[in-house]
Amino acid sequence: MARTNSTPLPGPIGWLDQRIPVVDFWNKHVGQYYAPKNFNLWYYFGSLSLLMLVNQIVTGIFLTMHYSPTEEGAFASVEYIMRDVPYGWIIRYMHSTGASFFFIVVYLHMFRGLMYGSYKKPRELIWVLGVMIFLALMAEAFLGYVLPWGQMSFWGAQVIVSLFGAVPVIGEELVQLIQGDYLPSGATISRFFALHVIAMPLAILLLVVLHLGALHEVGSNNPDGVEIKSKKDENGKPLDGIPFHPYYTVKDLFGAGFFLCIFAFVVFFQPTFGGLFLEHDNFIEANALVTPAHIKPVWYFTPFYAMLRAIPDKLFGVIVMGGATLILFILPWLDRSPVKSIRYRGFWSKVLLFTFTASFLILGWLGSQPGSDAQTLVARVCTAIYFGFFVALPFVSAWDQPKAVPERVTMHD
Amino acid sequence: MISFLSTRSLFAAVLMLGGIATSTAVQSAGDVCKPFGPAQTNVNDVPTLQRGAKLYFNYCASCHSLEYMRYGRLAQDLQLSEEDVLKNFAFTGAKAGDHVLINMPAGGRGNPPGSQEWFGQTPPDLTLVARSRGVDWIYNYLKSFYPDPSRPIGWNNLTFPNASMPNPLWELQGVQSHKANHAPGAAADAHANCSPSALTLETPGSRTPLQYDADIADLTSFLEYVGEPSILQRETIGVWALLYLGLLTLLFWLLKNEYWKDVH
Repeated sequence: MARTNSTPLPGPIGWLDQRIPVVDFWNKHVGQYYAPKNFNLWYYFGSLSLLMLVNQIVTGIFLTMHYSPTEEGAFASVEYIMRDVPYGWIIRYMHSTGASFFFIVVYLHMFRGLMYGSYKKPRELIWVLGVMIFLALMAEAFLGYVLPWGQMSFWGAQVIVSLFGAVPVIGEELVQLIQGDYLPSGATISRFFALHVIAMPLAILLLVVLHLGALHEVGSNNPDGVEIKSKKDENGKPLDGIPFHPYYTVKDLFGAGFFLCIFAFVVFFQPTFGGLFLEHDNFIEANALVTPAHIKPVWYFTPFYAMLRAIPDKLFGVIVMGGATLILFILPWLDRSPVKSIRYRGFWSKVLLFTFTASFLILGWLGSQPGSDAQTLVARVCTAIYFGFFVALPFVSAWDQPKAVPERVTMHD
Repeated sequence: MISFLSTRSLFAAVLMLGGIATSTAVQSAGDVCKPFGPAQTNVNDVPTLQRGAKLYFNYCASCHSLEYMRYGRLAQDLQLSEEDVLKNFAFTGAKAGDHVLINMPAGGRGNPPGSQEWFGQTPPDLTLVARSRGVDWIYNYLKSFYPDPSRPIGWNNLTFPNASMPNPLWELQGVQSHKANHAPGAAADAHANCSPSALTLETPGSRTPLQYDADIADLTSFLEYVGEPSILQRETIGVWALLYLGLLTLLFWLLKNEYWKDVH
């Protein structure tokens, strides 16, 4: 009973459809999935995240064929990929650049959600699943960063894993359990490799499927925050909706092409991105006896790293850093505004979002710096603003006077 | 209007990201004395690389290995025959597929005397030095040596104070003096004297300052190539990749416009 109406389709699709519901699946998720017609630039970043996920998996498969997850072989095998494997350097640069671009599009995707209230009822679960993807992605990126076994891999692992030592009572044992040793070592490489290529990708894929499943159940939000399902035509199709295929498949293809031009530019012309995507110190093999002058995480972790450093107490610092990500989970229930989109929110809601975003960007810059006294002070202020956003949101969103939301979506181009 | 605003803010974000990249690069450069400024490398010029390789194998390779670089790859990329490369560069009896290694004994406790005793450490491998330190660092380092009796090896360096390496190129460069009066072990104040004028050529070498400058640029270019041999193909392939993707994007854009004509 794959198809509920009409006669079975002819040909192989029909044969298949009588055995597994391919047509229903296609219609529900692509062919008859009605998306609002007023998506703007910000709506490219969901499909681009998926593109980057595929890029990481495909290039990762080829890297796995040549990488050696051992203390003796890890660093040399990466250079082997860069030099001796035919076009290995393209694969490796696509993977390393892909990691940074993945975070760029994911951060923009999350900001889009914040801006247009995409986390609000009935889309709370999409947001929660998205935050879970974000956390899994951070774990995946950290594990992968350790694998080339350069100085920053080693010392980054040392700093981050030692954070678990702040856990009362079992801290020390926990650190040794994670590392498999007293210091990051060969045991750490092999288990991080297993987690990086099997465990986390499986978790991320499952979460992405659930994220999309939840999205297609309730339907997409849009820049106006208008529910398109509330205005339907005589056939029960949303008046402001258009089928995902072909409209958004061709639009996302264009987005992907444009994005890949930027991506390829970095891969071929700026693969280290001034030491930001591939750090200078990571071209020196890991050495437990030589501490780099300035240990810092890759740019996409720096906002959280700045919060960690801003707190003098280790355990409290870890709680603050962890809290900064976990607090995102409850965002849908903190926002009490009757409107979704920033377009129709009041002045103070805009101020709130702007200050929050600015504090996050400043924290990102501070986290890449050595951390002078003045910088620590600014980091503390920005950390307070970051959390202040979540404290203030229930009040500001309830008090701020929203503008009138239109009945139907608006088109701007 | 709003979508235009969002587009603009997105571009602002991209620009900001680029700004962060630049400021990071500048910041990491700011810690080190580079009196001679950026290196004028020319990594895509084969004769430059050949001259750089010649200098490297005559003056550097007896102490510093290139452990990820194969002789055969050098021959191929520098457009030399494997026989020539092995005859002129491989003093260790290596074969074309071998990496560029050194014969110097490491020394250390229980071993015959070696680099540990002579220099205090094994001279570092230089395959990736252009990637970890940067080409500007190499260029400045090789021009910033001066004799310093307070150092065990008799030499000091502006770019890398208290380096445990003598100037291997002194015959070419000659001997420079450093203007600052060094109290023994006080090389940390070298930052205050970080300018080309802090160094004066006292005894000329076999090369004029201009010739020596060109030599160091060649050597630096060679190390830049060694750090990333794919650099010779990377940008060439990149141009074609971008042309292809640009054309593809244009087609996608036309396709999108065709479909979206009926959406109002």
